[in-house]
Amino acid sequence: MVDAIIIPLIKIVIVFVSVLVAVMYIVLLERKVQAWVQVRLGPMRVGPHGILQPIADALKLFVKEDITPAKADRWIFSLAPILVLVPALIAFAVVPFDADITLFGLTIPGYIADVNVGLLYIVSVASIGIYGIILGGWSSNSKYPLLASLRSSAQLISYEVAVTMTLVTVIMLAGSLSMVGIVTAQREMGWWFAFAQPVAFFIYFVGGLAETNRAPFDLPEAEQELVGGFHTEYSGMRFAFFFLAEYANMIVISAVATTLFFGGWLSPFPNVGWLGFLAWVPGWVWFTAKTFAFLYVFLWVRATLPRYRYDQLMRLGWKWLIPLAILNIVVTGVLKVLV
Amino acid sequence: MAETVAFYILAALILIFALFVITAKSTVYSVLFLVMDFLLVAALYILLHAQFLAVIQVLVYAGGIVVLYLFVVMLVNLKRPPEAHSDPRRLGRFGLVMALAVLAEIVAIAAYGWMTPAAETGALSASNVEQVGRALYTDYLIPFEVASMLLLVAMIGAIVLAKREL
Repeated sequence: MVDAIIIPLIKIVIVFVSVLVAVMYIVLLERKVQAWVQVRLGPMRVGPHGILQPIADALKLFVKEDITPAKADRWIFSLAPILVLVPALIAFAVVPFDADITLFGLTIPGYIADVNVGLLYIVSVASIGIYGIILGGWSSNSKYPLLASLRSSAQLISYEVAVTMTLVTVIMLAGSLSMVGIVTAQREMGWWFAFAQPVAFFIYFVGGLAETNRAPFDLPEAEQELVGGFHTEYSGMRFAFFFLAEYANMIVISAVATTLFFGGWLSPFPNVGWLGFLAWVPGWVWFTAKTFAFLYVFLWVRATLPRYRYDQLMRLGWKWLIPLAILNIVVTGVLKVLV
Repeated sequence: MAETVAFYILAALILIFALFVITAKSTVYSVLFLVMDFLLVAALYILLHAQFLAVIQVLVYAGGIVVLYLFVVMLVNLKRPPEAHSDPRRLGRFGLVMALAVLAEIVAIAAYGWMTPAAETGALSASNVEQVGRALYTDYLIPFEVASMLLLVAMIGAIVLAKREL
């Protein structure tokens, strides 16, 4: 009873709350990082160094008027924000945050669920998220959202192919589709897959940027052309849902990158003797630190690179990343047979 | 026992949503009900301990194919049906033939299931990904390769059709 229901429930609540709080603070971090890059201060007014800004933003979104356009399809217009946010959140179900923890004599696994198709589960849940984007743009009955949602879904579908292909190499190395199994394989191999599979990691990260519609692939919300993307007609809490989903998806991509390529909860440099004290730091601290390092790269890239043109984006996806991913599978397979 | 109850609930929901698919006024709603149906079928697979098949069902059907349906439905104006489809008698005849074909299929499956004894399911191992892979690459190698060739041909054909000048 305790093992089967109460502990997973507590873990779900902890993960849910920490993801939402993390999302709030990544928004602040994003504004701060952009500001620092551009030699500004960023939000400074609400609390010391703007630390309470996310709470003010959330309150503002709560009290704003919720507008449904007159010609919108009401049901689907309300459904779309939910369809975007839910897949982003349920993907965390299979992400391992830590090794097993022993607390008050109970052994608590560091994940919510460990299914033997964990990686495929994440990929398929992410593919469901497209519906929210398409339907949000379509149901607004307005031209800019429709164009943006078409762009966004074309981008998602294109890069999903490259990302899924590149995950195959990780699976070949780990010999397991379970997220816990992949981390364990990295511990047994002695080094992280990012060093064994740098090409795969590169493709995954570029694909991740494209799948979350982040700069330099943020064409779906190219402000100069399309006003604000597929959620142009949304306001108040429904807009907040789209916003939350975008950042939650960034966390999912970062957390999966950490798990697949950077050893998940494992401490770095287990082979260097004098760094052995690192193993005493709890695993979830390492996991969070690595995930935030990736999130920082997301923000850094946005501040550094200009936006791609749409044909460049499609060419990169179909003509470079997908063939590269397939080549990488072949090379990995050959090496696996030879070595 | 719990599994039987879950099966009947899922089966009932699948049938209800299938009805919604064909009765919904708006085509977009039809497509959405179809997605629900695919997700529920994935739940049936999980009930059968075929997690791999369930996830692939969601990935390929719900996440891939139906997205394309949705694209078509959104971009093509379906408000006014073409003349041929609005003739009720012709539709009725076509529907009758389809219904009879499906009925014959169901009867055949039921009869086959009735006559052959239930297969030994044996102990379901935890890793059915491995089982599926082994089956595909040993016992069913030739059908598997033929199917993949067929898909490749279809893909090339689609590219050739869509792009008149290469």
